[in-house]
Amino acid sequence: MTPVLAAISRRRRATDHAARAATLALTLVALVPLFLVVYYLLEEGLGAFSVSFFTTDPTGRFLGDPGGIRSAIVGTVLIVVVATAIAVPLGIGVALYLVEYGRRSAFANVVRYFIDVMTGVPSVVFGLFIYIVLVVSQIGGTFAAWKGAVALALLMLPVVARASEVVLNLVPDELRESALALGAPRWRVVLRVVLPTAAPGLLTGSMLAIARAAGETAPLLFTVAFVNGVSLDIGQRMNSLPLQIFNDVGQAQDRLVQRAWGAALTLVLMILAVTLAARLVQRRSRLQP
Amino acid sequence: MTNPEAEERVMPMPDEAPLAPPHIPARVREPAARAAGDARRPVKAGRAMTLEGLNAWYGTTHAVKDVSLSYRANEVTAMIGPSGCGKSTVLRCLNRLHEEIRGAHSEGRVTLDDLDINDPRVDVTAVRRAIGMVFQKPNPFPTMSIFDNVAAGLKLAGIKGRRTEEVVERSLRGAGLWDEVKDRLAQPGIGLSGGQQQRLCIARTIAVEPEVILMDEPCSALDPIATLKVEELITELKRDYTIIIVTHNMQQAARVSDTTAFFYLGELVEHADTETLFRTPANPRTEESVTGKFS
Repeated sequence: MTPVLAAISRRRRATDHAARAATLALTLVALVPLFLVVYYLLEEGLGAFSVSFFTTDPTGRFLGDPGGIRSAIVGTVLIVVVATAIAVPLGIGVALYLVEYGRRSAFANVVRYFIDVMTGVPSVVFGLFIYIVLVVSQIGGTFAAWKGAVALALLMLPVVARASEVVLNLVPDELRESALALGAPRWRVVLRVVLPTAAPGLLTGSMLAIARAAGETAPLLFTVAFVNGVSLDIGQRMNSLPLQIFNDVGQAQDRLVQRAWGAALTLVLMILAVTLAARLVQRRSRLQP
Repeated sequence: MTNPEAEERVMPMPDEAPLAPPHIPARVREPAARAAGDARRPVKAGRAMTLEGLNAWYGTTHAVKDVSLSYRANEVTAMIGPSGCGKSTVLRCLNRLHEEIRGAHSEGRVTLDDLDINDPRVDVTAVRRAIGMVFQKPNPFPTMSIFDNVAAGLKLAGIKGRRTEEVVERSLRGAGLWDEVKDRLAQPGIGLSGGQQQRLCIARTIAVEPEVILMDEPCSALDPIATLKVEELITELKRDYTIIIVTHNMQQAARVSDTTAFFYLGELVEHADTETLFRTPANPRTEESVTGKFS
């Protein structure tokens, strides 16, 4: 007689163990490159860190002290701030249109499709596009920081728009309806109810887009060009961390290659800080997917 | 019930209305009724509403079929019927919220007193200010404090020049919530219990001083004690407002309403005094429903 609750068969137990082991092994394999990247960044990058590394500009001299990366940090922050100022309002605006007004209309669906296409465009294409439209045409000079910022903004725009659309869709329709039922015009519903409710999520989406854009090299390569010194004028050429790394890695001197590692670690830490901040904001949000 | 002296007062209409909008007269204050009732609050008359040949669709689904019905001023009218019978859709046609749903539309005449709320010259925001609504799920605005939630009605509707503190206190008292929240007005509205949140939503609705209050199953998410409080409140509120309530709960309709309308499959089956409808329904469908044969 078979018992009512039969024991798990030996074969099923063995299959289960094998499946667990296989997925664990694959996960570990996937973690290897990540671990190595972090390891080499710390190993090589920490060696480059010193007070003068952060407080001096690259000298550009072939011999003697190569200098630090101050101008690159300042430049990256400035360019990303300008790019954010362009991309975030535009991206949230697009998302507001899609969610609050366009909804399922044919035009809204076309916009959604092109946003997806834009997300897949390689960053070098945006760099080339800006190079042709703004640099070759010599609008406001040739190479300039703001042109790089525009290229980064193009890169960020679809990310911000898509993330914002998701967040705005999480705002319950009952809130919109109850605001409408109080006699509010649609624009006031958006401004006073939808946007405040979605604000933490919108901020998170924007910060993730910033984190993505901050490390991009290609859009800056043809648009900003490289200089050594600190520049605060976005109409001029400007240094940035990705370009600093790009330049230094190709040099024949170990000191310069080490500076590239240091700059890379600095960039990763900056992006990590933004990502962590985004996570903290998300945790405080009331809208959970 | 109507006071001819107040007829010349005009409902606030935004400037951008393309043509002179039909005037919706302001509420009537009746000193006699005030003396009889609670002295703290002004007593005002609500307004009657009528439906003539109302049809409503969601896309191609015909949800409400040729409904004609009148809602008397300062009474509670309950709309009952099984799920999907169109009662909530009728309610949403009464403040033109139905048209906010994509693909939904309605036909027929809906009037507040004798004014057609679907008249193209009428500003839809003015309609919704005159006809407030309380929803099934308590839905305070999550980013706002208790105070701001009540004041939100004024701010969202763009009503200026009133003493906000006074309006908030009067509305919270009107919703029977003042004593429970007066010491924590700055705290978030979503921190309250479900029943308190629903009364907060009622306070938010009456802050705009509507003529009519629509309630869409206002107690279905509440526990029995909170339900009782809201029901008592409904009985209080009908002195000042006309109340139209959709409910699943037969007992609730029997407890709070003066007249009851029974809907089935998008049609109005029967509308009568609540007592008559529950004791001696004219239609066998109604009888089956109110005696619990189906629901």
